[in-house]
Amino acid sequence: MSNAPNINDFVIKVGNVNGTGSSSANGLLMKSIFRMGVPVVGKNVFPSNIQGLPTWYEIRVTGEGYGARSGVVDMMVAMNSNTYARDIAELRPGGVLIYDSTWPRQHVLSRKDVTVLGAPFAQMCNATFSAARSRVLMKNMAYIGAVAALLDIDPDIIRGLVREMFAKKPKLVDLNMQAIALGYDYAKEHFDCPLAFRVEKMDKTAGKIMIDGNTAAGLGCVYAGATVGAWYPITPSTSLMDAFKSWCEKFRIDPKTGEHNYCIIQAEDELSAIGMVLGASWNGARSFTPTSGPGISLMSEFIGYAYYAEIPLVLFDVQRVGPSTGMPTRTQQGDVQLCAYASHGDTRHILLFPAHPGECFTMAADAFDLAERYQTPVFVLSDIDIGMNDWMVDELHWDDARQPDRGKVLNAQEIEKLDKFYRYRDPDGDGIAWRTLPGTHPKGAYFTRGSGHNADGGYTENETEYQEILDRLHRKWQGAAVHVPAPIVRPASGGKARWGIIAYGSSDCAVLEACDALAKEGLHLDYMRIRGFPFNDDVARFTEAHEQVFVVEQNRDAQMRGLMLLETEIPRAKLVSLLHYSGEPLTSHFVQNFVEAHVRKAAKTEASA
Amino acid sequence: MTSFVKPNINLKNAKRNALGLTRHDYEGAMSTLCAGCGHDSVTACMAKAFFELSIEPHNAVKISGIGCSSKTTAYFLREAHGINTVHGRMPSVATGAAAANAGLTYIGVSGDGDSLSIGMGQFAHAIRRNVNMLYVLENNGVYGLTKGQFSASADVGSKSKKGEVNLSPPIDPVTLALSLGATFVARAFSGDREQLVPLIKAGLKHNGFGLIDIISPCVSFNDHVGSTKSYAHTYKYYHPAVHADYVPMNEEIKTSYQAGEAMPVELHDGGSIILRKIDEDYNPRDRGAAYAQITERASKGEIVTGLLYIDETQDDMAAMNRLTSRPLNTLPYDELCPGEAALADLQTLYR
Repeated sequence: MSNAPNINDFVIKVGNVNGTGSSSANGLLMKSIFRMGVPVVGKNVFPSNIQGLPTWYEIRVTGEGYGARSGVVDMMVAMNSNTYARDIAELRPGGVLIYDSTWPRQHVLSRKDVTVLGAPFAQMCNATFSAARSRVLMKNMAYIGAVAALLDIDPDIIRGLVREMFAKKPKLVDLNMQAIALGYDYAKEHFDCPLAFRVEKMDKTAGKIMIDGNTAAGLGCVYAGATVGAWYPITPSTSLMDAFKSWCEKFRIDPKTGEHNYCIIQAEDELSAIGMVLGASWNGARSFTPTSGPGISLMSEFIGYAYYAEIPLVLFDVQRVGPSTGMPTRTQQGDVQLCAYASHGDTRHILLFPAHPGECFTMAADAFDLAERYQTPVFVLSDIDIGMNDWMVDELHWDDARQPDRGKVLNAQEIEKLDKFYRYRDPDGDGIAWRTLPGTHPKGAYFTRGSGHNADGGYTENETEYQEILDRLHRKWQGAAVHVPAPIVRPASGGKARWGIIAYGSSDCAVLEACDALAKEGLHLDYMRIRGFPFNDDVARFTEAHEQVFVVEQNRDAQMRGLMLLETEIPRAKLVSLLHYSGEPLTSHFVQNFVEAHVRKAAKTEASA
Repeated sequence: MTSFVKPNINLKNAKRNALGLTRHDYEGAMSTLCAGCGHDSVTACMAKAFFELSIEPHNAVKISGIGCSSKTTAYFLREAHGINTVHGRMPSVATGAAAANAGLTYIGVSGDGDSLSIGMGQFAHAIRRNVNMLYVLENNGVYGLTKGQFSASADVGSKSKKGEVNLSPPIDPVTLALSLGATFVARAFSGDREQLVPLIKAGLKHNGFGLIDIISPCVSFNDHVGSTKSYAHTYKYYHPAVHADYVPMNEEIKTSYQAGEAMPVELHDGGSIILRKIDEDYNPRDRGAAYAQITERASKGEIVTGLLYIDETQDDMAAMNRLTSRPLNTLPYDELCPGEAALADLQTLYR
């Protein structure tokens, strides 16, 4: 396990009741640490509910700049008496528990190896504030004050953030600062402040921002030039369209006329949302839909249509826990195979795997280029951890010279020169046919259909003509392997490694940290992060170069491993699954412990052989 | 069942429209429907309407779902893009296409199976959004391609070819559309081209969602004695209530209509739809009264036809979304991408 808590290296967890405004209070706490120049990780674990169920917020202060959960808790702020027992049990020995002593609960909160600190947050707030709702909200600000005193967080930074938070409602600034002071002063007076583990100013957040993946992806869609978004509300993808809308309101409304250079349509269901995206894309607008696993299930019919009729589609699947309704607010990587082969018949799609919000931004833009270049559906597979938590990432940048790749679309002059236009011929030999857009030229018309068609675009039931198209579609898809974002390899520090490890998406930071920890113990692993599908040759090559490769996934069925076995010649025994599918974000300890155990076992087997 | 190319015969003395095009320029591939199918008459009427309105074929878009009716989009306007989507989902594709480029003329062709069963949700919501399109519903009360099952529009008591009697009440697209706030609702009969062609023209020119429910008998599976969607039954019971004519902006409104009977409805493009009452008691400008009349007549077995309701004052989808007048798919990229400087600026929020 990891070291004892230290300055700028510890975890605070807040247990609360959802619907009380705790999430913004915790965001404030996290951001104030970030503003002190100290890297920080925040994970909001919340229920699929509007008000009254338990919710947790985990803040990891990590001077070394790791991005994952560590898997331990050093300070617990227990604000929900219903979860006291569970919360105190989760604390590491020597940890600190803060609770609301307005209602003493000595019998539940008795653990000899932790320090229990009680502060009467509710009592103080009730004495200070009169409105019922503000008493609830301010209790959260009061514990932020107490935590700030215990961790030595700069009060000026907190004040600055509160001012920004309530820039439009200045009255609330004083109110909130008053509540923060209640907790802060109480802690200073009654506790030994600051604690041994605390925050000390650093300079490690320069050039960084804190942003969630859905906000970044929505921004990426604006930068990609998307003009039509159609969607059906579903957790956890809703905030992606909310973000797209607010970015469009900022950048895409004509200040003189008030006219919109975008169209967002809230569909009646996912069947319709994807139909709208298909119609808009077929008509030449960059168009997308954000959804989650249940939405992909519903959209599958149109996804197959778009694959076969060769229409660009961009889908964001912010994955949540399945199967079925599952746990809508918990994270998983359970849609990998669903998306890879969505729809009936022989279909294969292009997948992108962002590992953090920064890549949600860049891959959103890449997805439109790939969809239009290959005239096919492209999936950006994010998840609730990336999509809805604030991550510390490098500042986003945009190359102003970048132009969108609109793919092979004939303009009026080009059509004019043709004797006749044939939609599905392959004149360039790359498997990609030329398309035309409605309204361009009388000679450009063709009939788009999901039924059998030949290279000329005509209806067919002829076996040779049918197969010609199906084979070309496969060649086209294979061609995308070199254009999807390439895998990133981080070689082991200690020379040639016997073991490799492969991960994708939000597992990345836990694996990076685990590799560092394992290297300290003398176990060196080469690490490859897969970022796109179809796989390019590097994936098989990496596997060949190692005796065994761990494949880290947040699902039960080893879906990426399955894809690798289906799509490459890698022998089964080479790939060892490392699976985590509880719904909570992966921790570095989980990865580290699994690898250690496996390697130990292998050594034992070798010794006895 | 392959698509056959129709010979393009342009007769020397053929009538030409304002674009110099003939009727033949508005045709498509050879129909593969059964001889005598009502849908082929409708196809001919759609081609004629586009011809008479002098709409450039390549500025029209034909969209359909799955079924006999949906196949007909291949049989007219060969120079227009067509898209045969999946079953019951034509409205969503039309909605997305109209969002991307509001500058083209959209015609959706569907049937009673496609619109009233699998696709009823999308049909209803396209109406609510007032998507600027003409929605032609070729209604024959039967599933033809799967050989004769009742559709959701089959009347109670109507007999199938095999002698089965339908017991479930029908879904009437006209009263359904009225209740959903549709802004242009018409019913017609494939056997009455005099009525249908002007209705299609009016529907194409209407700004918003136009529905024409067309009784279009299935000669193979629903044209027998005992069927309420047969030619014989429809001829006997159909009752034209309101005639509609489209008159372009520059054409003088003919005065042959008797005073008191003709009602002009001004359209967004400056043209007008002239409503001519055949049935004095019928009011096509009052949604509630129209609904009451249609249902009352229907209870007596009468099929009321014509332009049954029109409201030209409602915003269409583009207006509701305050869309720019330029098609979204033509906006230059540098207008859409805010660029690096704006990106640097907005990130102060995230520090």
